[in-house]
Amino acid sequence: MKKPFAITLDPGSSLANHTGSWRTSKPVYLDRLPPCNNRCPAGEDIQGWLFHAESGDYEAAWRHLTRDNPFAAIMGRVCYHTCESVCNRAQIDAPVGINSVERFLGDEAIKRGWSFTPPSTESGKKVLVVGAGPSGMSAAYHLRRLGHAVTVMDAGPFMGGMMRFGIPKYRLPRDVLDAEMQRIVAMGVTVKLNSKVDNILDSMRAGAFDAAFLAVGAHIGKRAAIPAGDAAKIVDAISVLRSMEGEDKPMLGRRVVVYGGGNTAVDVARTVKRMGGEPIIVYRRTRDKAPAHDFEIEEALQEGVMIKWLSTIKQAGEHQITVEKMALDDKGFPQPTGEFETLEADSVVLALGQDVDLGLLNGVPGLEVADGVVKVGANMMTGHAGIFAGGDMVPAERNVTVAVGHGKKAARHIDAWLRGASYTAPPKHELAQFEKLNTWYYSDAPKTVRPMLDIIRRQSSFEEVQGGLDESNALFEARRCLSCGNCFECDNCYGVCPDNAVIKLGPGKRFEFNYDYCKGCGVCVAECPCGAIKMEAEEL
Amino acid sequence: MLKQMEGSKAVAEAVALCRPEVICAYPISPQTHIVEGLGELVKSGELKNCEYINVESEFAAMSVAIGASAGGARSYTATASQGLLFMAEAVYNASGLGLPIVMTVANRAIGAPINIWNDHSDSLSQRDCGWLQLFAETNQEALDLHIQAFKLAEELSMPVMVCMDGFILTHAYERVDMPTQAQVDQFLPPYEPRQVLDPNDPVSIGAMVGPEAFMEVRYLAHAKQMQALERIPQLGTEFKQIFGRESGGLTRSYRADDAETIVIAMGSVLGTIKDTVDAMRDAGHKIGVLGITSYRPFPIEQVRAALKSCKRFVVLEKSLAVGLGGIVATDVRMAVTGMGLKGYTVIAGLGGRAITVTSLTGIFEKAMRENLELVNFLDLDWKAVNKQLEREKQTRRSGPIAEALLRDVGAAGTRNY
Amino acid sequence: MSDLQPVKFYQTGTFTVGNRLLAPEERSVQANMQRTNSLNSGHRACQGCGEALGARYAIDAAMNATNRQLIAANATGCLEVFSTPYPETSWQIPWIHSLFGNAAAVATGLSAAMKVKGKKDVRVVAQGGDGGTTDIGFGCLSGMFERNDDVLYICYDNEAYMNTGVQRSSATPPAARTATTMPLGSEPGAPFGQGKFVPAIAMAHEIPYVATATVADLRDLEAKVTKAMSFRGARYIHILVPCPLGWGTASHDTIRMARLAKETGMFPVFEAEYGELKSALAIRRQLPVEEYLRPQKRFAHLFGKTPAVETIARIQAQADKNIRRYGLMAKEAAL
Repeated sequence: MKKPFAITLDPGSSLANHTGSWRTSKPVYLDRLPPCNNRCPAGEDIQGWLFHAESGDYEAAWRHLTRDNPFAAIMGRVCYHTCESVCNRAQIDAPVGINSVERFLGDEAIKRGWSFTPPSTESGKKVLVVGAGPSGMSAAYHLRRLGHAVTVMDAGPFMGGMMRFGIPKYRLPRDVLDAEMQRIVAMGVTVKLNSKVDNILDSMRAGAFDAAFLAVGAHIGKRAAIPAGDAAKIVDAISVLRSMEGEDKPMLGRRVVVYGGGNTAVDVARTVKRMGGEPIIVYRRTRDKAPAHDFEIEEALQEGVMIKWLSTIKQAGEHQITVEKMALDDKGFPQPTGEFETLEADSVVLALGQDVDLGLLNGVPGLEVADGVVKVGANMMTGHAGIFAGGDMVPAERNVTVAVGHGKKAARHIDAWLRGASYTAPPKHELAQFEKLNTWYYSDAPKTVRPMLDIIRRQSSFEEVQGGLDESNALFEARRCLSCGNCFECDNCYGVCPDNAVIKLGPGKRFEFNYDYCKGCGVCVAECPCGAIKMEAEEL
Repeated sequence: MLKQMEGSKAVAEAVALCRPEVICAYPISPQTHIVEGLGELVKSGELKNCEYINVESEFAAMSVAIGASAGGARSYTATASQGLLFMAEAVYNASGLGLPIVMTVANRAIGAPINIWNDHSDSLSQRDCGWLQLFAETNQEALDLHIQAFKLAEELSMPVMVCMDGFILTHAYERVDMPTQAQVDQFLPPYEPRQVLDPNDPVSIGAMVGPEAFMEVRYLAHAKQMQALERIPQLGTEFKQIFGRESGGLTRSYRADDAETIVIAMGSVLGTIKDTVDAMRDAGHKIGVLGITSYRPFPIEQVRAALKSCKRFVVLEKSLAVGLGGIVATDVRMAVTGMGLKGYTVIAGLGGRAITVTSLTGIFEKAMRENLELVNFLDLDWKAVNKQLEREKQTRRSGPIAEALLRDVGAAGTRNY
Repeated sequence: MSDLQPVKFYQTGTFTVGNRLLAPEERSVQANMQRTNSLNSGHRACQGCGEALGARYAIDAAMNATNRQLIAANATGCLEVFSTPYPETSWQIPWIHSLFGNAAAVATGLSAAMKVKGKKDVRVVAQGGDGGTTDIGFGCLSGMFERNDDVLYICYDNEAYMNTGVQRSSATPPAARTATTMPLGSEPGAPFGQGKFVPAIAMAHEIPYVATATVADLRDLEAKVTKAMSFRGARYIHILVPCPLGWGTASHDTIRMARLAKETGMFPVFEAEYGELKSALAIRRQLPVEEYLRPQKRFAHLFGKTPAVETIARIQAQADKNIRRYGLMAKEAAL
């Protein structure tokens, strides 16, 4: 068409006008650190694996998860999921059920027989891991992935360590535990059971190991001096739980007093209940001061476990004990009141904490022990070069997830040390706080409650208390994730830009700004649901 | 085919023969019979493939025509007087966008005071809007000019007004030679737009143009009218070949060859002027006539040529440039610049005031004696005017002029319109 | 386990522009990598312009619904000026600007031309701002409605004459400051009891389809444009497009302001067919009008040293009336 001059123009020709020159500040994409990831003791990229789970690609989700933690099914049962306590979604309705999705993925992996890929090249280095518990097996997994030859030695008859001997099967069924242990063995990790390491230096020399990771669990129950008659039956909690794994079940009688307020006390009480006994927990402080997780106390109470708060055992006899009532002082410490009470008790189980057997460290030069644990540096290495330690052996909170995290961290440092280098963790992204999100865009969806085992069966059997999510539930739960701080390709920036200055790169490739046209209005930043864009002053 | 019919109906039939595709209709006297006639032809099915749209105003009428024309349809509307003013913004827009719309203006005075009768104030108010303006002398010419107008408009991609005197022509029954469809089809090819809105070849029409190009756009409109000065006579020739009669052209002289005095006018009043001139010729006066058919573009060269042998001219026009005098006269004076002619302006027939042979004879004789003012008002009631001027001098609240004058002249003073 | 929720949950559902979890046919036009960008980059709208956004949303959707067989007539105004200053145009579709007050009529002419030319698949959209629609173009608009011409008219309402410097229009809300309704005297800002709500007037014409929308609800907007294109005859969509300049809001708050207008009930989002209300977009999280008014400098005089409590209450009463009249609360909204 021969167009009339000036009044008639060619379509779309305004591309010649680069409005980007108007800009005084510009949007830039960034990844912020989701609070869940930040909080996870095992360093899982929770948001990352939920992203795959959201689309129903459970295998990709599981593979992403197991980059950091090989024990999805175990975690989904025994992790205290502190991630959920910091989940931004809690400020909308309820936190995302991260733990239940993790369990679903773990169970799915077992069901589908997904396995880990052995390393493609061997480093030629040998590492000894002492202890086949969460920390040791986690380290073994990560070291193996890095191509090292790993041998795990454990004094016990099974793999799992404290996960087997400290956690009742109604919380962690043994087939699940075995499946996730075996999967690591299948990568080419050598595990020697019933092989106690008496002296680490001897063992390293004997096996020509280049490095060692010590991850011995706290298997020794702490004792307390309770005035007791000869006939009084007093045992420690960890022995009770360990004997549950063997042929000979513990003989505790009908009325069992469990002394302590931690998770182990609750575990023992609930175990006693399942064996037909009548457990009473005696604890010197109040419920809100008890170190046990409240949900565990709640489940125990539901199952018929009796708890006497603010009580200490003064004396133990053959069939009875005397307790003294306590009162909290101004500072919240329990003080004796002089009021006594007698309780029937066939046995007393002491759940007052555990110690680690550090005998294998005798005579290791440079190595420092204090308060029953081994000192390690930031790189998890002890004072003796090449010997690293983690889990219950080192000063830290003692739980499975922390132990698994130690295993990963130690493995990275061991790997670097073996190469004569040092490992530096990449800098953490800034935190994706709730204020950075635009939560308008998320659908309303309360948390899916995991099915609970019927209460009668819980009191009489060792079946797993907490059920898993079915697929549709897990999908629902995964999709509740806000993807805090990380682009999940919702297309909002692409859509809301009045200047078409966002380029969509295609599925999985995210977006790019076209600064030729971006005027810097900031609508994309305001309307990004997950806070993955920020404004930066333009250098003028 | 010869027919005895009303001017409006004749125009309606002629427009229909041009195969318009979109017709926008909004009634205003004295244009009504034209759009009624077209409505009938569309409704009856005689005019096929045509959208006849009853719009809600003249502004909408022109706007719909703009849209239709930009959409590639041959578009037509008709109006008059207040209607033309009401659509004025769109009138300028149509020419600015170069859309070849054809519009009949059934010329009528502009109020206030409201007046439905004929003069040329309406068209001439749009003198500079960029449209071409062709003035018809007779119903036959009105009919013929419409056929030429579509061709001219579409060739230039500029809109054309065909102006015909309200009532005097629109409502007059006369004999006309109505061409056949085949003749019109032979003369007027299907509309091939210069620009059209088409999803398969998109353009933006109607851009905002700033100082950097606005003057050029305006000049190009002027250039098109200059092209029209060449094209209009050619179209008259082509028209004659097919239809067998003279019609159109830029100007037409009558008994002017040896004239010392030439009367210049537009529209139907040329008939009365010719009668007057015939009588004066019979009486031995060397007087002739120059009729202007194309008011825009204004045929400067043709006017100069027509006046080259005379001594004086009289422009008789049905319009008043208030505060100056004549409108057409101003253009003629510009055309004859440097020719040393005496020229007189006669304002006549405003608001339908009858223009009689007697009055014309009187004023032409005065002109020949060179006994005229520069600007003259034919048959003005000076008594009434002076009375009112006197009244206003004496009384602050002299009241509305029009009503006072009606009382003074005793005409229908108590009637309610 | 009996009361598990059926999985019909997609994280952000249809709130976000796109959603990888939805089936391709459920995705928005704007999410498409090959979307048409009917209003191309390089236009000269202000930063954060709601109208530029609304126009692209609407026209892209209309192009999609018509397989790109679309022509637009545009009234004078911001949209026209910022999109087509010589020598460049941002429009990708055939587009014409004629005058301020005649977009509806030009569209009627285009529609007639398409019909007479046998191009029945080519559809016509007219568009303008609130000035060009509710004021100067209202006669042509009403005429087009009344004749039931085959035109979709889209009004981008930013509630004043922004192009000329923020003067009051008949769509300016009460109490709003404009250049011609300054916050002075005993009744500062635009007067109460004036103005018109053209969607309701459009409904009174009993045309096939009338809808309102905002730039904050893209999917709703796209669905309405698409639905409008399924009808023949006159259709009207009135889109609220916040104007950072005229409203005195931050450029990044454009969509937020539209969302607040809807969530407070200040702007009812609904659709009607043949003069009857068919559905309303429910308020999701109802907020008091103050939340909407406070961020806007045009209402700043209501929140001075002595807050204009009575005026705010009158505005709240208007919002409450909208909520009642159009059934905007969730339980009432499913009409």
